[in-house]
Amino acid sequence: MLSIKNLQARIEEKEILKGIDLEVKPGEVHAIMGPNGSGKSTLASVLAGREDYEVTGGEVDFLGHDLLEMDADERAREGVFLAFQYPVEIPGVSTTNFMKTAINQVREHRGENPLDAVSFLKLMKEKMKLVEIDQALLSRSLNEGFSGGEKKRNEVFQMAMLEPKLAILDETDSGLDIDALRIVANGVNALKSADNATIVVTHYQRLLDYIVPDFVHVLYQGKIVKSGTKDLALELEAKGYDWIKEEAEAAV
Amino acid sequence: MEKLAGQQILEALHTRFNDFEAALNGKAQTEAHAIRKAAFDLLNQNGLPHAKHEEYKYTNLTKALEKHVSFNDKPSKTKNIDTSSFTIPGLEAYQLIFINGILNTDLSDDLSSVAGVSLKLLTEDIYEASSLFNQAVADSEDSFVAMNTAFAQHGISIHIADQVVLDKPIVLHYVGDQKEYSIRNLFSCGRLSQATFIEKVDSVNDALFTNIVNEIKVEEQADIKYFKIENDQDESLHVANTFVTQLKDSKFTANTIALNGQMIRNNLNIQLEAEGCEAYMNGLYLLNGKSHVDNHTVVDHKKPNAYSNELYKGIMDDKSTGVFNGKIFVRQDAQKTNAFQSNKNILLTNDATVNTKPQLEIWADDVKCSHGCTTGQIDKDALFYLQARGIKKDKAMAILLHAFASDVLENFENKAIQDYVEAIITKRLEK
Repeated sequence: MLSIKNLQARIEEKEILKGIDLEVKPGEVHAIMGPNGSGKSTLASVLAGREDYEVTGGEVDFLGHDLLEMDADERAREGVFLAFQYPVEIPGVSTTNFMKTAINQVREHRGENPLDAVSFLKLMKEKMKLVEIDQALLSRSLNEGFSGGEKKRNEVFQMAMLEPKLAILDETDSGLDIDALRIVANGVNALKSADNATIVVTHYQRLLDYIVPDFVHVLYQGKIVKSGTKDLALELEAKGYDWIKEEAEAAV
Repeated sequence: MEKLAGQQILEALHTRFNDFEAALNGKAQTEAHAIRKAAFDLLNQNGLPHAKHEEYKYTNLTKALEKHVSFNDKPSKTKNIDTSSFTIPGLEAYQLIFINGILNTDLSDDLSSVAGVSLKLLTEDIYEASSLFNQAVADSEDSFVAMNTAFAQHGISIHIADQVVLDKPIVLHYVGDQKEYSIRNLFSCGRLSQATFIEKVDSVNDALFTNIVNEIKVEEQADIKYFKIENDQDESLHVANTFVTQLKDSKFTANTIALNGQMIRNNLNIQLEAEGCEAYMNGLYLLNGKSHVDNHTVVDHKKPNAYSNELYKGIMDDKSTGVFNGKIFVRQDAQKTNAFQSNKNILLTNDATVNTKPQLEIWADDVKCSHGCTTGQIDKDALFYLQARGIKKDKAMAILLHAFASDVLENFENKAIQDYVEAIITKRLEK
């Protein structure tokens, strides 16, 4: 589904990704872990098409298309979804209206008819249940004045509405209490299928108790320095990141 | 003596004033004419605003007038003008259509059948129509006000009787094909009355310059809304002075919408003469091409316990320029004043500019006042967020600009006008 080869990227003059290789197949859950500043969020942003980052080398193939050639909106219409670490507050735009526009643009891209008001509301009601989000919240300005937990639930709600093929969760666990974490994780798990894949970017192992990964990769200084199964995440939880840093530096 | 700005124009106006006086014959002794003469003298003494005039330094209307408008020409004969293309779709209102400043009774709704509303045409002896003439503007130093006072021979006086609540807005729609003309209107809104007035200016063919002065008196507990919609042709020059006097516990809302024109200058001046007044000033300017729009507002809190709230927003594209100057005065007597002001701008290109200046002068000590202004580009993070959900960039831009304008639009509280403006935002983005 997703094939990343030797991906390099920088922001302004600073090299952040220094050669990432990653293969993600349908049905898989990959966790990207690593200490602060290792490039985890950059990887998520680059895959989603944020223009602040300049890709300086490498390739990314997504379902047979060159992902790096596409604008952010095109990637999203093709099925890439980024759940933001810091969802943006947009006064004057309600989540409902925004989602209606987004869904219909995605549907148009797939050659489907736009959803009428009734079908849209029905779909919304169904997905709202999944993340236990209130309709009143969705009628308000997008993320404006939302609590941290509400913002993250709104991200997963949007993900549920758009049914992406590849979901990238960027530090979705940050700022969540245990109940919110459980709700968000349940939402993500409910959306898993044999046809879609998930990349979970996280600093802590905690989220992986709920969203169980098939593979865990450790990013350090812009490279994946270690890959393994979910046991690797537990090892990181127990031992911290220092031993990874030492190993990586010894290998240079 | 230093040469006055606009000398050529002043000379042409001199001839016009002499002709006008000669035509008056015996009527030249009226009080109204004395006021006109004084205004004309003030205009000659001050000249038109020069390039360094503090109030006009970003808006050199004098230069634009000298370049584009001849004041020597005799008014040409009015041709048939189709006014229908200028109306706002779906706006339920009493329509008053003015052709070259003169109310056209054939094209207009008859207000005489509306209970509690009386309408009079202004004549040479303007006091026959209303004693409000020159009351609110008496202290104005503005040369365009003086020009209007001296020369405006057309316009109307509208009186809304006490306790009358109008069922529909009254639209004053000015359409003209003459190079330049002035209009003077007087609005007196009685105690506990409620009414909405909507002004729109459009010009066809050679028409260029309009100079409008409104004097509005809002009596105790009246609730008056006043819209100004400027969406004229690219070459048009427009100066509008609106002077409002509010009495005890009255409420006044000014909604100023500038959409197109070469150069537009709006002076909005609200005097809160008594306790308990509420004044709202909403402004929206959506500019493209080389349009230049300058909004100057003054709200003067003279007595305690009054409230004013001002929100002006601008979206500037291409090489357009915007100017905002908002003055709030809080006099020593005006304790417990609440006065708020906000001006926000989005620049869509590197060539668009805005000059914004809040000016607060507060002599009372127990007041709540705030002001703020921001100017920036469209929020890149918000744009990316929308795009990351599959929304195309141009559509995402449109969503963000509509959202930016949404709070001002909501303040207008008029669906037809909201739709009219929204449609223009959408159309501009599709270009």
